[in-house]
Amino acid sequence: MNSILVSLHQMVRPLLGALRDLTPILIVIVVFQTLVLQQPIPDLGSMMVGFLCVLIGLALFVQGLESALFPIGENLAHAFANKGSVAWLLLFAVLLGFGTTIAEPALIAIAAKAADVAAAASLIGSDAAAREEYADGLRLSVAVSVGLAILIGVLRILRGWPLPYLIISGYLLIEFMTPFAPPEIIGIAYDAGGVTTSTITVPLVAALGVGLASSIQGRNPVLDGFGLIALASLLPMVFVMAYGLMVLG
Amino acid sequence: MIALLLDVFDTFRNTLDDLAPIIGTLFFFQYVVLKQPLINLDRILIGLFMVALGLTLFLVGLEKAIFPLGDTMARQLTDPAFLYAAGQIPTYLWQDYFWVYVFAFSIGFSTTVAEPALIAVALKAEDISGGAISAFGLRMAVAMGVAIGVTIGCFRIVSGTSLWMYIVVAYVVVLLQTLRAPKIMIPLAFDSGGVTTSTVTVPLLAALGLGLASTIPGRSPVLDGFGLIAFASVFPIMTVLAYSQFSAWQERQSNKQDKEG
Repeated sequence: MNSILVSLHQMVRPLLGALRDLTPILIVIVVFQTLVLQQPIPDLGSMMVGFLCVLIGLALFVQGLESALFPIGENLAHAFANKGSVAWLLLFAVLLGFGTTIAEPALIAIAAKAADVAAAASLIGSDAAAREEYADGLRLSVAVSVGLAILIGVLRILRGWPLPYLIISGYLLIEFMTPFAPPEIIGIAYDAGGVTTSTITVPLVAALGVGLASSIQGRNPVLDGFGLIALASLLPMVFVMAYGLMVLG
Repeated sequence: MIALLLDVFDTFRNTLDDLAPIIGTLFFFQYVVLKQPLINLDRILIGLFMVALGLTLFLVGLEKAIFPLGDTMARQLTDPAFLYAAGQIPTYLWQDYFWVYVFAFSIGFSTTVAEPALIAVALKAEDISGGAISAFGLRMAVAMGVAIGVTIGCFRIVSGTSLWMYIVVAYVVVLLQTLRAPKIMIPLAFDSGGVTTSTVTVPLLAALGLGLASTIPGRSPVLDGFGLIAFASVFPIMTVLAYSQFSAWQERQSNKQDKEG
């Protein structure tokens, strides 16, 4: 009971954080509605309930992450970065990338939206099962690619491969693949890169990178630790285009 | 109210599936590989419940507020009755959508400049550069990058031009900059693209893009609707690299003056 009270007390800070995320959006929209558009927003009541859900949901989510998942994840990241076998470290890297991406809120939302749009354009069946299959397929492609990206990133830190070459080859691969990918998948594929690196993936993956770089002699945690996120936003584009070729091509 | 509760309950069950891989991974490595019991297990279980409930409420709220809001704004800003005076013949040229660009710029800038993750990165950058990069300058560079990116992204949707072309050009510019920019700033620049697009901004941008693509004549949501998030991720890399190049140049100038003076 006591710990619940403590948790509730700790909720105030993430609640303010969530409010700070929402406030700029609300201000811009209120300014546009009153000064430029001068039109009412339809269904305002339901929207208010929705905003409240976003606010409380985001606060609970962040507070829960900080009190449960992040401490375990950071502790494990440091433990595997400092000692232990390379094989366990690599397996941990892959599963961490995969697991955090599947749980990423923005990706869940965007994948569902992409499925609705694809169904409306009759690219896939319009029943719930077909849409869910498409959305899950998108998310799995992104999650597998992030797992692989973290694996490559960890190997890069261990072996000292230079980051720019990896990024340039990633870019070239994306550019050469795009003309062959179905046009309907390109937008969502390019967006996937930005969506994956968000609330839950970044802190855990950054902890792994910085822990790893600081445990190896002669490495700069700032220079070597950061590249993981950059790779994790490149590979999803490749994999989502490949998924598009498979399903829509 | 009952519909809302059913919705929450339904989403909650899916959320448990979404969280299973990461929770399973962490517990497996903690108990099987590392063989260390977790201290404060009750605290952790409460935390996990909060994660699941929070994710559920967030997703339900997105569906009820953020998605409809982005869509409504896109519809109202592209409504012919708003764009053209009574009696004027709608031309649907790209310059008619002036307020769309202003809205895109405002949303991009305002959601980024106060982003906590960005503030933390900016302070770190000021630290490692020994003050050559100011935290405020870096935040402005990232926020301008997102704002310009989203604006150009909206122009792309309005004009129906190919996303590929824009991204190729953006990548070439980034690569050329990478060759010239101070080495220490490169990883930070690439990261700034990822950290800026927050969990609330991403769905709003998606809804805005899809809304624009479905109301502007001749555009299709499935071909033109996505892509705004890509713009919001690539452009900050450019502006941060440009800013660090500018700072390095400024430093060289003042060093030169010191030597001469």
